[in-house]
Amino acid sequence: MSDNNGFKSGSNLERVLRAGHFAVTCECGPPKGADVEHLEKKINLVKGCVDAANVTDNQTAVVRMSSIGASAILVRNGVEPVMQMVTRDRNRIAAQSDIFGASALGIRNMLCLTGDHQTFGNHPMAKNVFDLDSIQLLDMVRIIRDEGKVNSGDPVEGGIKMFLGAAANPFADPFEFRVIRLAKKISAGADFVQTQCIYDMDRFRQFMKMACDMGLDKKCFILAGLTPLKSAGMAAYMNKNVAGISIPDSVIQRIRGAQKGKQAEEGIRFLIEQIQEVKEIPGIAGVHIMAIEWEDRVREIAERAGLLPRPAIEA
Amino acid sequence: MIIADPKPFGQVKEYIKDYKRVLVVGCGTCVTVCLSGGEAEVQLLASGLRIALGKNGKNPVILEGTVQRQCDEEFVVPVLDRVRDERIDAVVTLACGVGVNFLADRLGSVPVFPGVDTTFYGASAGQGLWAELCAGCGNCITAYTGGICPIARCSKHLLNGPCGGSEKGRCEVAPNSIDCVWQLIYDRLKKLGRLSELQNLLPAKDWRTASDGGVRRSVREYLQEPK
Repeated sequence: MSDNNGFKSGSNLERVLRAGHFAVTCECGPPKGADVEHLEKKINLVKGCVDAANVTDNQTAVVRMSSIGASAILVRNGVEPVMQMVTRDRNRIAAQSDIFGASALGIRNMLCLTGDHQTFGNHPMAKNVFDLDSIQLLDMVRIIRDEGKVNSGDPVEGGIKMFLGAAANPFADPFEFRVIRLAKKISAGADFVQTQCIYDMDRFRQFMKMACDMGLDKKCFILAGLTPLKSAGMAAYMNKNVAGISIPDSVIQRIRGAQKGKQAEEGIRFLIEQIQEVKEIPGIAGVHIMAIEWEDRVREIAERAGLLPRPAIEA
Repeated sequence: MIIADPKPFGQVKEYIKDYKRVLVVGCGTCVTVCLSGGEAEVQLLASGLRIALGKNGKNPVILEGTVQRQCDEEFVVPVLDRVRDERIDAVVTLACGVGVNFLADRLGSVPVFPGVDTTFYGASAGQGLWAELCAGCGNCITAYTGGICPIARCSKHLLNGPCGGSEKGRCEVAPNSIDCVWQLIYDRLKKLGRLSELQNLLPAKDWRTASDGGVRRSVREYLQEPK
């Protein structure tokens, strides 16, 4: 399968996880343009705090610098990227070509997603693609990597090394299907999974119990997704308006109850408690901290949660 | 059936404002049922055009007609005859896009303009409401999805289950009006005792049978004339 001592890609994230460390990833959203300086500033903020940083692919369907281009800049700056790729904007021809390009640029992790519908972004009038769904994308990349064949069956010239990720949302419906969908992603090729942000810890525990009962935690590394709440207003907004995110009232009340000007600090305190909580949940291999436009707090979060220094593992 | 919506009146008026003898022609099939292009809609549009263009001092002659189907030669020949015999210099059709094309291919130097926007293949979903149920992809997969089509009815055409935007049976794209089709598929397969089938991976679809494979043709050789 792999000629790299059993590693799928030998990426830092894969080596950290295989060595049994509790992994830490974060997000590094590309700029809405070609502003490299802005991106490099963000990269420096998270450098040394995480094992890899996700580079989003036109998230919420808002046009930004490509995840491949931005990921290559992360590589250049010494932070390992998890290149996200959505099927919304590219058919299987473009996707495969982009994956070869990404591999050639030294990108070793990718997260396969369907992507947010374009109605949520800044080009709701665009034509979408959805030639594949996220599971079919995983399947396609796995076959390129492990069997050296593109989707049509033609041989690949020179292999790719890619540690394959998927997303899982334990908070969307139908709940009982969520773990089946995770299983499908794993059999299609997911080596690791990052979950949607968790606020309802009871439901997440229930989801993880179902996943562990099916043995899914033994087949792939599951990273718990967490997003710090900046304010009670943000929490209430997300709870009401973002499908697939549910924030219990008790959490919103807790943030609201903080002293004036201290809601952000309370949000971070809550996040750090959550990190400790998920560490104790059977089957959890790490955390994925999505500090949206809050990269300047990632170091502090990692520090206070006792996640630093990050392990340095020889390639 | 094929569903269509009337085009904005101003748009149609703009198309024909410089013509002198215009035929507005309806279709007696799908667009009659969904109340966008039958005899009644032809009358309504024609009267509107007479009044609006008359105000502008143009006073074109607006003629009316409706045929049973605009997608079959035998029904369309009388329209072509009228265009020639009554010296019509432009046609507005209220048929679906098929009718527009069918006429354009046969009308020689006379222009044809669409009077409706053709939207989808659907069915009645309540009083005054129609909903899309088929995408005409040419390779039906509903045997695996409880007879419910995720290509037509999922906003992302997903084939392997609901995305993270499925909440309380609704699609995040428009929670007030769109069902999450994967919730419907899930519920139906559960009722049919076939839920375990959802564990199977539906592979990447071959879209050649959809419009992505070039203009499509459907052949019944036994009906064709011998060569």
